[in-house]
Amino acid sequence: MADVQAEPRQCLTARQAGLVACTHCARVWPLGTETCGRCGKRLQSRDTHSMSRVWAWWVVGLICYIPANLFPMLKTTLLAKTAGSTIVGGAVELMAHGDIPVALVILTASVAIPMGKFVAVAYLALSVQHGWTHDLLRRMQLYEVVEFVGRWSMIDVFVVAVLSALVQLSVVVSIHPGPAAVTFALSVVFTMLSARSFDSRMIWDSLDAKPLEASKT
Amino acid sequence: MATPDLTDGELEQLIACPSCDALYRAVSPGVGARATCERCHHVLITPIAGAALQIVALALTILVLLTAAVFTPFLSIEANGLKHSVSIFDATLAFAQVNMIGLTVLVTTLIVVVPLLRMLLLLFVLVPMLLKRPPFDGAGLAFRWSEDLRPWSMAEIFVLGVGVALVKIANLAHVEIGTAFWLFAALVVVTVFQDRFLCRWTIWGALESGHLAPEEYARRGAARQPAGPEHG
Ligand SMILES: [Zn+2]
Ligand SMILES: [Zn+2]
Repeated sequence: MADVQAEPRQCLTARQAGLVACTHCARVWPLGTETCGRCGKRLQSRDTHSMSRVWAWWVVGLICYIPANLFPMLKTTLLAKTAGSTIVGGAVELMAHGDIPVALVILTASVAIPMGKFVAVAYLALSVQHGWTHDLLRRMQLYEVVEFVGRWSMIDVFVVAVLSALVQLSVVVSIHPGPAAVTFALSVVFTMLSARSFDSRMIWDSLDAKPLEASKT
Repeated sequence: MATPDLTDGELEQLIACPSCDALYRAVSPGVGARATCERCHHVLITPIAGAALQIVALALTILVLLTAAVFTPFLSIEANGLKHSVSIFDATLAFAQVNMIGLTVLVTTLIVVVPLLRMLLLLFVLVPMLLKRPPFDGAGLAFRWSEDLRPWSMAEIFVLGVGVALVKIANLAHVEIGTAFWLFAALVVVTVFQDRFLCRWTIWGALESGHLAPEEYARRGAARQPAGPEHG
């Protein structure tokens, strides 16, 4: 089980070489340069404010995610009776109809991914703030997964848009987006911003701190 | 350990991993291969033969597909003998009808505006390069925006969303998939290919060598400061 060979080794970083790297185009500049001469991005050897931005977006995202689960995502009006269905309620309905795979897609995209993302981003932020030295590569991979997967949560918002557009013809049935569609969409956007604010180079700083300490003595 | 007195030319030879800050001498791994960061496995360089031409061709394809997909019906529904066709335009307007203008704007942005804008920016950057001409002013900024917009381009997620919506509605009404749905599905495939051809390092290198204006050299020279993070 142990993946000792996966434990990364130390190597020279741009910061140790007296350089500052552009996170957008990977070009390096002398430490102290303010903007990247190639792509124009503002340069920071480590984004020191990134943690407060990560946590700010994280909290706003969470605040939006709670009503997204309590209020209806969809309002279905059938024979003059209006019924709202929440995210989980909608998935349960699908399961009752036997559409288990689709229900699982919705549950994954709207519940498992957002929840997992809140936990993962918090874990990554805490690990950097406390300077943990273990599982560097794992944490890096976790961060990449979070960045890659986070966008897919938006699927339920698109489902609501398509359904409401589609079912407008009949007097019998009509479907309208509920208030949760807004808060859910916002929650996805905010958590994406939270993950993108994270400066993953800080994961590796705990490793890079070692040779500096050693060489001092 | 510290190497503070590198010239611009020497700095240009270096590449720092954007994910973990590891410093490397930039060596192109050869066409078709990829250079990855040794410690965090981030992909640094993936040159592909004729990439600029392929990206431009695919960008044009995406533009055509997207424009066609927006206005042609992409689903039609039949219930109680009534037939109703919807275009993507209608789908995004659905939110507007219940006073959810914000959502309309968001959905339209994610599935139409951002993909469209990204392609236009890429064409702006790459077409001069393809014609062996100096890049337009602002090409760098355009490329940076196009890359920053990438995660916000959600056409493929929308396609899956349509699939789920179809299943949800299947027991209420008879639904037919229209042309635009297939256009969108094709768009997803083309986008995946295009992303594989796009190597940031190669394009930035070309942009830099193509139009290094004299004032930019001057600015870089002035920006350099005596470096030295080491404390004795
Ligand atoms: Zn740059
Ligand atoms: Zn790396």
